[in-house]
Amino acid sequence: MQTILRAENISKYFYTPQKFKVLDDISFEIKKSEFVSIIGKSGSGKSTLLYVLSTMDTDYSGNIFIENELITGSKLDKLAQIRNINIGFVFQFHYLLPEFTCLKNVMIPAMKLNRFSREEIEESAYQKLKLLGIEEQALKPASKLSGGQQQRVAIARALINEPKIIMCDEPTGNLDSKNSDIILDIFKQISKDLNQTIVAVTHDIDFANSSDRIIEMQDGRIL
Amino acid sequence: MKIIPKIKLNVDLEIAFTHILAKKKQTVIVSFAAAIGIAAFIFLNSLVLGFNRDSDEALFKSTPHIRIYVDDKISEPLLNDTANNNIAVISNPKIVNESKKLLNPNRILSEVKQIEDVTTVTAWLSINVFYNNGSAQVNGSSSGVNINEANEMFDIQSSMVEGNLQDLISTPNGIILGVGIADNLNVILNDNISVVSSIGIVKVMKVVGLFKTSNSVVDKSKSYMNLSLAQQLMAEGPDYITDIYVNVKDPDKAASYLPMIIERTGYNAEDWKAANESAEASKKTRGIMMGSISIIILIVAAFTIYNIVNMTVKQKLHDIAILKAQGFAGKSVVKIFISEAMIIGILATIMGLFIGAALVKALSKDYIGGDRGYFPIDFEPEIMIMGIIIGLLVAFIAGFIPARGAAKIDPVAIFRNL
Repeated sequence: MQTILRAENISKYFYTPQKFKVLDDISFEIKKSEFVSIIGKSGSGKSTLLYVLSTMDTDYSGNIFIENELITGSKLDKLAQIRNINIGFVFQFHYLLPEFTCLKNVMIPAMKLNRFSREEIEESAYQKLKLLGIEEQALKPASKLSGGQQQRVAIARALINEPKIIMCDEPTGNLDSKNSDIILDIFKQISKDLNQTIVAVTHDIDFANSSDRIIEMQDGRIL
Repeated sequence: MKIIPKIKLNVDLEIAFTHILAKKKQTVIVSFAAAIGIAAFIFLNSLVLGFNRDSDEALFKSTPHIRIYVDDKISEPLLNDTANNNIAVISNPKIVNESKKLLNPNRILSEVKQIEDVTTVTAWLSINVFYNNGSAQVNGSSSGVNINEANEMFDIQSSMVEGNLQDLISTPNGIILGVGIADNLNVILNDNISVVSSIGIVKVMKVVGLFKTSNSVVDKSKSYMNLSLAQQLMAEGPDYITDIYVNVKDPDKAASYLPMIIERTGYNAEDWKAANESAEASKKTRGIMMGSISIIILIVAAFTIYNIVNMTVKQKLHDIAILKAQGFAGKSVVKIFISEAMIIGILATIMGLFIGAALVKALSKDYIGGDRGYFPIDFEPEIMIMGIIIGLLVAFIAGFIPARGAAKIDPVAIFRNL
């Protein structure tokens, strides 16, 4: 199986309130179409690890490879481009832009990528919304949807550029159990049907148990 | 082949437009506030420019751009030649009592005429005289002129109220009086008066015209006569000239011709700015006053734009963070918020132009009276263009500062602090 994401000797310090090693020499690999959960107690460094892997946090030592390409040390603009092409994000909060319709929210990363025509992007965004069962909400403003629906729009947005990896930070953390189940089913479905690689940081043990692999962290190390 | 015009919005611009459209009312209010700043800039600067132009025009009715004359010489104060046992001679330094006469004036006239950009050159002889009619006497100064050239230079015709300039040419002993002199001497057109010069020569002259300027002191003392008659009143020959007046195409560049004129003629020359330093100083004062007021207003306008863009950035930290996560580079974020400032700036500039133009129009209908008539203000294209440039520049700077701040936002810090 092809390795899609590889971390080599990742270490990171926090300097406030005092110097503290939050990630301690972490190395691991994630294969293509794997659905990986990262669990651990608060302060174990799991979210910090995710943000280092996401390329948004550049203050670490060690190397990160996406499809064997070293991305550590790239310029910020280059990293933005790498995220645009390779990584989709789902957070605890949906972070949809309130002035835009759901459809536009899904389209924006693809418009930034600027690889397809407006019509093609719109068509593809509709398909993603349909896949998540919310195509009838497409033209509503994002703020008019329920929490579960908003999170599904956020997932559609993460999928739009067909990224190599979807990174999630507590994707079900803000949802009731019914909506959590829906979101979990969606992740299982896109992992299996679309062969989508997923890396999710979670507290939700049901969620973690449904994934292909669990990485458990404690005190900045993988157990 | 058919070309379909299609506005393709860049995604950054599209986000900027959506932000703006989401708060139309706020945008209009802020644009209006900035527009008042731009309008004030246009209005105040048009005011100064119009007023200065009017002052210059009034000045050029009696002052040439360049005057060529014989400069006073000061006597040598000391002959200190004691080396050869000579006696040192000490004298009080004084003006040398030399003639003010320009030698060979025709040569000077033709030399100066050859200089490029010189529009009018005329010989001028100012003399002090008494105007007498019976026992009534008025003193004043008279200009001995070639009336056609003088008219070309100072537009005397426009101030004539009675008679005709050409009558001065056909009447060798004619004189054109200011209306104040005519009133005081109680003479009308075609009456005769006697004119006495400072050296006591008397001439009987015929009033062939009356003029009225905006200045009553001038009207009560000034007159024009033929150059030859003025020379006779000074008991001098036909080559007696004390001043040569020169006009050039662009009066603001008058000073740059001085070295060439001095070199070619060998006489001293002075431009109108040097001759009217106080007028120049008050022009500068007006410029600084209005300039500082309009700059302060523009700074306030800039702050209104800065404020709203800054507020938008502060309200949209989450949006900025997610955009950056999704692959928007720092420069895209800068572009989004500068575009928002520029949209406001463009609206403000358009409104400002209209408000400024309306103010200019309103003031130009205001009757001041006196020699000014209506307020000397007009639509000044260069100030309008400057207003546009400054309006857009102000918006750009006001947008750039918060936009750069937005670009520096660390998305990880935003996501983790939720």
